[in-house]
Amino acid sequence: MSDWKDQVEVMVHHGKISVPYSWTVGSTLSKWYVLMRDRGEIWANRCPACGKVYVPPKIKCNDCYKDMADWVKLPGTGTLESYTVVHYSEPSIQPQEPPIIYGLVKMDGADTAMVHLLGEVEPEQLMVGMRVEAVMSDQREANIFDIKHFRPLAGGEA
Amino acid sequence: MERVAIIGVAQTKYEQNKPDTFAELIYDVVSRALEDAGISIKEVDNVVSVSSDFWDGRTISSMAISDASGAFGKDITTVEGDGTFGALYGMMRILSGSFGCTVVCAHHKGSESNMRGITNTAFDPLVERRLGLDAINSAALQARRYMDKWGVWEEQFAAVSVKNHGNALRNPLAMLPMQISVDDVMASRKLADPLKLLDCSPVTDGACALILAAERHAKKWTTNKKRVWMKGVGHCSDAFRLGDRDLADTRALKQAAKKAYAMAGIADPVKQIDVAEVYDAFSYMELMWLEGLGFCEDGMGAEFVERGHADFEGKLPVNPSGGRLSAHPVQVAGLAAMAECVLQLRGEAGERQVDGAETALAHGINGMCGQSHCVWILGK
Repeated sequence: MSDWKDQVEVMVHHGKISVPYSWTVGSTLSKWYVLMRDRGEIWANRCPACGKVYVPPKIKCNDCYKDMADWVKLPGTGTLESYTVVHYSEPSIQPQEPPIIYGLVKMDGADTAMVHLLGEVEPEQLMVGMRVEAVMSDQREANIFDIKHFRPLAGGEA
Repeated sequence: MERVAIIGVAQTKYEQNKPDTFAELIYDVVSRALEDAGISIKEVDNVVSVSSDFWDGRTISSMAISDASGAFGKDITTVEGDGTFGALYGMMRILSGSFGCTVVCAHHKGSESNMRGITNTAFDPLVERRLGLDAINSAALQARRYMDKWGVWEEQFAAVSVKNHGNALRNPLAMLPMQISVDDVMASRKLADPLKLLDCSPVTDGACALILAAERHAKKWTTNKKRVWMKGVGHCSDAFRLGDRDLADTRALKQAAKKAYAMAGIADPVKQIDVAEVYDAFSYMELMWLEGLGFCEDGMGAEFVERGHADFEGKLPVNPSGGRLSAHPVQVAGLAAMAECVLQLRGEAGERQVDGAETALAHGINGMCGQSHCVWILGK
């Protein structure tokens, strides 16, 4: 059907949609971020029915569909379940210049994993099963970057 | 229960930078699908469109293509997800008794926007979005988790890419027909370790339309040769957040397949299914989905491909169209998989025809890393 372009110059109009949003953080994540900002701690919440511990915390348990009233403090350490080294650049969405290392970290004391940046590590050192710990930011603003990144745990198999 | 048939299909050629507008693409595929069915737009009483507002760069993106889809003066409704889910909704509308003939159409022009920017907005703006996650780097986390869980290696992912790009050589609609080797895939540019350029599906433009009809109409309007029955369907979704799932687990797909197989009377999928179009957005995904669909045991997808079972000449050809690795118009892709299955079942698939295909499986996914799945069994 595109034969028309042999007879007519193909025109392209460029545009950009820029719309501001203000997303409310809600009951559960607000509490999580405030604890992170004010105390420099990572907390999780636990299903009262099945005991599953979620981090980041959730408003309800996936399995039981129950409110998650119990909160538990996590030690901030965990095990690397997966990772990737991103080589491409996409400044509109990326928080830093590539290469960027992302990790899927199974947090000690929790049943779920968290995606975050990995730092203070060379790509060659990365291994699934590696022990890592959260490094908190000095300047905290109650958002996901209050955790600066995860890094290999000093002393390895702690 | 009354049955529903697919009585007409049409697809555009899949390519980048298509000069046609969304409405032009939709008008092209809907009018050709009607012609294929041998009916006019007058017989159609409703339209299900499939599109995504963020990709289209406009809200209520179905409204802009409603005239072109033939919905003027009729009812149009939209599925924002893969085309397989649009077909599900289209079938349900007929089974409800409210409608007799449904157009399901999907359009996508990935090359008009920015894939990484768009897919980043699928993540929670309160948590993961600001980290810069997108379709490729989240898939990379899934690929590595799958490798680690089952001891699969990158060369085994590459073999899927080699097979599917090779299959595309027989499909004139595919965008990336290529004779390549495992070494070519391994040497292609690293995007997000372990994924390389040739492990990833391309940004693609295109459109597809299906005409669905209630049995009473289908038998009146079309010959037996044209009719393909929607014999079974199943769908299921997993947790939204990546860390809430085991990314190497295919439980949502297993549920979806189980429901579709039960409805269609499939007890032994490898024996009873003649051809499958499986959602290979990334090379590794085909291996995981082969397992989830029950074509082999968990962790054995790579061996299934290595032994040639999924080859064009294998015991269960998978993605003879070239798959999503050879053309990936998002949202259109699952509908295109169904259209390909229809052509196979009618014996109209040209050079990519699988001999004697009588039962076909089409699979679509929605959400990052295959959060939700829709499985179709189509048959004569």
